[in-house]
Amino acid sequence: MILALVNLAEYFQYAFVRNALIVGVLIALCSSLLGVTLVLKRFSFIGDGLSHVAFGAMSVAAVVGLTNQMLLVLPVTIVCAVLLLRTGQNARLKGDASVAIISVTALAVGYLLMNVFSTSSNVSADVCGTLFGSSSILNLRAAEVWVSIVLSVVTVAVFVIFYNRIFAVTFDENFSKATGMRTDLYNLLIAVIIAVVIVLAMNLVGSLLISALIIFPALSAMRIFKSFLSVTICSAILSVSTAFLGILASILLETPVGPTIVASEALVFAVFCVIGACLGRRKA
Amino acid sequence: MAQIKINDVSLGYENGAILTHLSFEVNAGDYLAIVGENGSGKSTLMKTLLGLLKPLAGEITFGDSLCKNEIGYLPQQTLVQRDFPASVTEVVLSGCLSNGSFHPFFNKEDKAKAAANMMRMGILDLKDRSYRELSGGQQQRVLLARALCATEKILLLDEPVSGLDPKVTMEMYELIKQLNEEGVTIIMISHDIAAAVRYADHILHLGTKVFFGEIEDYKKSDFGKFFLAKEEEA
Repeated sequence: MILALVNLAEYFQYAFVRNALIVGVLIALCSSLLGVTLVLKRFSFIGDGLSHVAFGAMSVAAVVGLTNQMLLVLPVTIVCAVLLLRTGQNARLKGDASVAIISVTALAVGYLLMNVFSTSSNVSADVCGTLFGSSSILNLRAAEVWVSIVLSVVTVAVFVIFYNRIFAVTFDENFSKATGMRTDLYNLLIAVIIAVVIVLAMNLVGSLLISALIIFPALSAMRIFKSFLSVTICSAILSVSTAFLGILASILLETPVGPTIVASEALVFAVFCVIGACLGRRKA
Repeated sequence: MAQIKINDVSLGYENGAILTHLSFEVNAGDYLAIVGENGSGKSTLMKTLLGLLKPLAGEITFGDSLCKNEIGYLPQQTLVQRDFPASVTEVVLSGCLSNGSFHPFFNKEDKAKAAANMMRMGILDLKDRSYRELSGGQQQRVLLARALCATEKILLLDEPVSGLDPKVTMEMYELIKQLNEEGVTIIMISHDIAAAVRYADHILHLGTKVFFGEIEDYKKSDFGKFFLAKEEEA
């Protein structure tokens, strides 16, 4: 135990560890804030679909040889987010199907491109890394760290400023629209934020596990807390702490970062389910 | 001048009109009940009045210092709301968002208004409770308080008593009547013709034949007599 702590102190001296922690915590914060809205609006699946789109866009960027992949990945993901949220509202079923179509297509095309135009010698490792985020969080460049910090701060700021409106649109979109709120605008805003968060989160947990990062904290918090504000705050705290501890654990135990974080979030969810059930029974 | 004037309006979706050549008007202080069978176009009419749908033809004008977005609305419960984590205060306050300029957070006036409307609906003691734990009647009161935060002028109620037990239904109707007596215009969509006749002062009956007029005329008309008799049998 003590040995582990000494080890940890040593690790903190490395810039890559500090970078990973900063970026990881910020991404976790953003995704958890958004998760509450997505889960309540029944849009959990959209995160999954978009992450596959981001994967596809990233492979295209890699094949084309862009030095800053963000330039391509971010706009493509935003466009898809807007399209998916729009269809999702009008017809639930069609929305489901379109998410499935877009996500599997992006996944297939992404892998295809990476395979056919491979630039590195080990394609499987590359793909595995993008899908499960194996180590990219530990190899961040300074520029990537700054981009992540800026985008996260903007996301959190937008969320705070529009918090009340996001609540209103999430709780009852028709009422908001009927009383003169520009719900389309807020839905667009939510879509853009989702896209940004997903592109950021690809570094942390890889594209297959992003939806876990988005929905687990919100679902856990909803087991116990009963107002929107307390659920939001609780899910932010849960998400930040599991990301922080998950990154540390993965460094100490030499496990892959993304799966470690997601596994610990699943564990937290199980614990909260039990607590929630106990509280519910005591009340009844 | 009428608050809402519907002039020769056709309603429906792209693939076909549900109602055609509909005309009626709502004046300040009216209590209008909109009744009719399922599929007669009640919901479509409501969505059009709320500005969620555009009429296919004709004109809807808002007057008497009523703006288009000043209709308070009591929707039917949605699936999303059934397990939504939100306190009563949060829900009621969200009604205050519609008015005026953009400020990110609620100010004192908003909070006072929300508290006043919760008091009016008799739910002030529930203000920290979770919305999803309330009974159906209590939830309706919360949504009414929210609607009153959005506007004092006109309320559109979509099946306000569906799913409520008889006692709570009565209380709900009395509450709505009381609001109407305080000067709020009420438009209520309902299945319940008997209650509509008892509480409202105007009625719009949608169906293959459309009736619009005062309740007394409805009772005297053959059309109204037919439906009221049918109601009594049931």
